Amino acid sequence: MIPLSHFLILAAALFSIGVAGIFLNRKNIIVLLMSIELMLLAVNMNFVAFSFFLEDIAGQIFVFFILTVAAAEAAIGLAILVALFRNRGTINVGDLDSLRG
Amino acid sequence: MPVEQITFWLFSAVLIASALRVITARNPVHSVLFLVLCFFTAAGLWLLLEAEFLGILLVLVYVGAVMVLFLFVVMMLDINLEPLREGFVRYLPLGILVGVVMIAQLALILGPGHFGEEYYAMPERAPADYSNTEHLGQVLYTEYLYHFEIAAVILLVAIIAAISLTLRKRPETTNYQSPSEQVRVGKSDRLRIVPMDSEKRE
Repeated sequence: MIPLSHFLILAAALFSIGVAGIFLNRKNIIVLLMSIELMLLAVNMNFVAFSFFLEDIAGQIFVFFILTVAAAEAAIGLAILVALFRNRGTINVGDLDSLRG
Repeated sequence: MPVEQITFWLFSAVLIASALRVITARNPVHSVLFLVLCFFTAAGLWLLLEAEFLGILLVLVYVGAVMVLFLFVVMMLDINLEPLREGFVRYLPLGILVGVVMIAQLALILGPGHFGEEYYAMPERAPADYSNTEHLGQVLYTEYLYHFEIAAVILLVAIIAAISLTLRKRPETTNYQSPSEQVRVGKSDRLRIVPMDSEKRE
């Protein structure tokens, strides 16, 4: 017998680790992408937990679509990363300032 | 202690530990491998929540395709790791502070006070002949058919974007066939008529 709050706090911890990862690895684009994956996993965990406890399959359908969009995001992000590395020879976020933003 | 609880606590511990290693590992390859472990344990927890199809989907599609793509890119790029680590120690206190504050705030809301057993009782386990995949498919292909097709288009956009971003025009020095030019060729490209006077035989 595991209450819903256990799953929610586990997902919250996972999400916070993802946010902390963005703070810590702000120079490395690859680890930034992986932190985003962690946060998406936490969100999916919430959806699956609520889907089970409310006995509603719609939550699992939503996870299905989130996985689709996350896969598309990862593919495009990595393609941008490869194009970036080819043109600039670096993936250091500190060096990518040509837009002067 | 029932087997469900042992599974939950064991998998949660592995999940949190490997997530921490993802963001602290020195080598990005290790980060990717720990992320794979994260997804595996999350899939185990989803099986505990009777989301069998999504658990298997996470392992097959996410670990099998997306994480391997990550690993591919990380191992293909020759990255100098030292400059990427700078600022890690400087931002470590801030990162820990933000993480701890976020967990504390979320735990206050999501804790047993609002989402405990008395509010959300654990539902009955599904019978042995219940098929999660069948149920999911029946809803997905009827109620959510339109959304399903939009998801397919999003994947198509991702394919085209990824290919067009990484496609390189080959340099002029390499010899290769251009099928469109071969098809478009006409008589004037191949045949040159040189006008000249005819000569008398002597």
